[in-house]
Amino acid sequence: MKPPPVDYAAPAMVEEAVALLAEHDGDAKVLAGGQSLIPMLNFRLLEPSILVDITRIPELKGIRDDGEAMTVGATTRYVELRNSELVRARFPVLGAALPHVAHLAIRNRGTLGGSLSHADPAAELPMMALLLDAELRIAGARGARRIAAEAFFLGPLATDLADDEIVVSVRFPYPADGIGWGFAETARRHGDFALAAAAALIGVSGEHVVTEARIAVMGVDETPLRIAEAERLLIGRRLDSDALADAVRAVREAVTPDADLQASAEYRRHLVGVQVSRALAQAWERAGGDAR
Amino acid sequence: MTAKKTISVTVNGTVEVRTVEPRLLLSDFLRDTLDLTGTHVGCEHGICGACTIFLDGDSVRSCLTLAVQADGAEIVTVEGLGDADRLNFLQRKFREHHALQCGFCTPGMLISATDLLRKHSELSEAQVREGLSGNLCRCTGYEHIVRAVMAAAEEWDGEWNEATPRECTS
Repeated sequence: MKPPPVDYAAPAMVEEAVALLAEHDGDAKVLAGGQSLIPMLNFRLLEPSILVDITRIPELKGIRDDGEAMTVGATTRYVELRNSELVRARFPVLGAALPHVAHLAIRNRGTLGGSLSHADPAAELPMMALLLDAELRIAGARGARRIAAEAFFLGPLATDLADDEIVVSVRFPYPADGIGWGFAETARRHGDFALAAAAALIGVSGEHVVTEARIAVMGVDETPLRIAEAERLLIGRRLDSDALADAVRAVREAVTPDADLQASAEYRRHLVGVQVSRALAQAWERAGGDAR
Repeated sequence: MTAKKTISVTVNGTVEVRTVEPRLLLSDFLRDTLDLTGTHVGCEHGICGACTIFLDGDSVRSCLTLAVQADGAEIVTVEGLGDADRLNFLQRKFREHHALQCGFCTPGMLISATDLLRKHSELSEAQVREGLSGNLCRCTGYEHIVRAVMAAAEEWDGEWNEATPRECTS
């Protein structure tokens, strides 16, 4: 239960960090908050030759508002997102999900970039990145690039990041004014990884119908997922019980959950439908769906 | 062979400079290098909360932090809250409300509860229970711990310096 022998570097610039990663050619690991990496080191699931600590790089810190989007530095901690006025004002759905991430002391250390790079299929922030159409800015020894969250997550603990790349920041475009949001999660105990969770955004027109729908789920497939079919079939409809049932059916058909000690695959498939239904109902109400 | 690093940390108000292996966990640094054994080590993978300490003003798991990551940081451990002859306000509440039996989880409970009390001007029981949900106790059933923290929160008048970790400025 102790980490294996390892070297350590704490560069001050992104260029130095990616140069170190390139130099060690797949044998280095990026260390930020360490809340996933250090348990893996303690269990000796990983034995990198060097840890590249990116938390001393000023460029990776902070939350910025450019009028059209919020850009969050990769080493921004969960607690900073939760305390952010900008998150509270523009991304209440993100604010609702954050308390479900592990526990207080973990949220005081864990980072946005770390959560996305770790890509646990039952972690809240990867699902939120999908829901919010986030774009990741990535730096690498061979240059910088951008990638949509939708293309970033490839499998359990697998992403599009190359060994010599790090996430620099994540851009969250502001949803349309008046959009409603919902979030629902079930875990065995508060703070545990979710058995299943869902989040939704709903835009409603003056004619009482859905004009925009986004549905994201997690814990029920190899990566978090957007359920495009369920989103599409809600457009132009009121969110009545028929529409909800259609969306839930589409979600249950789209996911391929695994069984484990905590829940069977069938239970997870059922549960995610319930969560989607709850998240959609919340979003519809918050968008003023029935009040208009 | 990996290169050792020299780090400087302020622990309970005292500056400590040591040369350590990068792989040394902060929990082991506190216990074995500095002999501050009040910080307990339970699961060593972030589940039990016994090793929780203050790092730059936030409660964190010392078993999920490397000592080298704490270079330049300000740390407060349970030894920085009070001592056997001079328990702080929260520790006295723990005693009054029987909030400990074996005491293994107590250092982590005290740090997590202190973090809650310092950052919230008002605390509901639900907030206390959520805030302590990352600290496992196998003796008390939590009821007495929650009662002690609620009692501390109720009596706090905003000038509650005794419960503020000594020398912790952030």
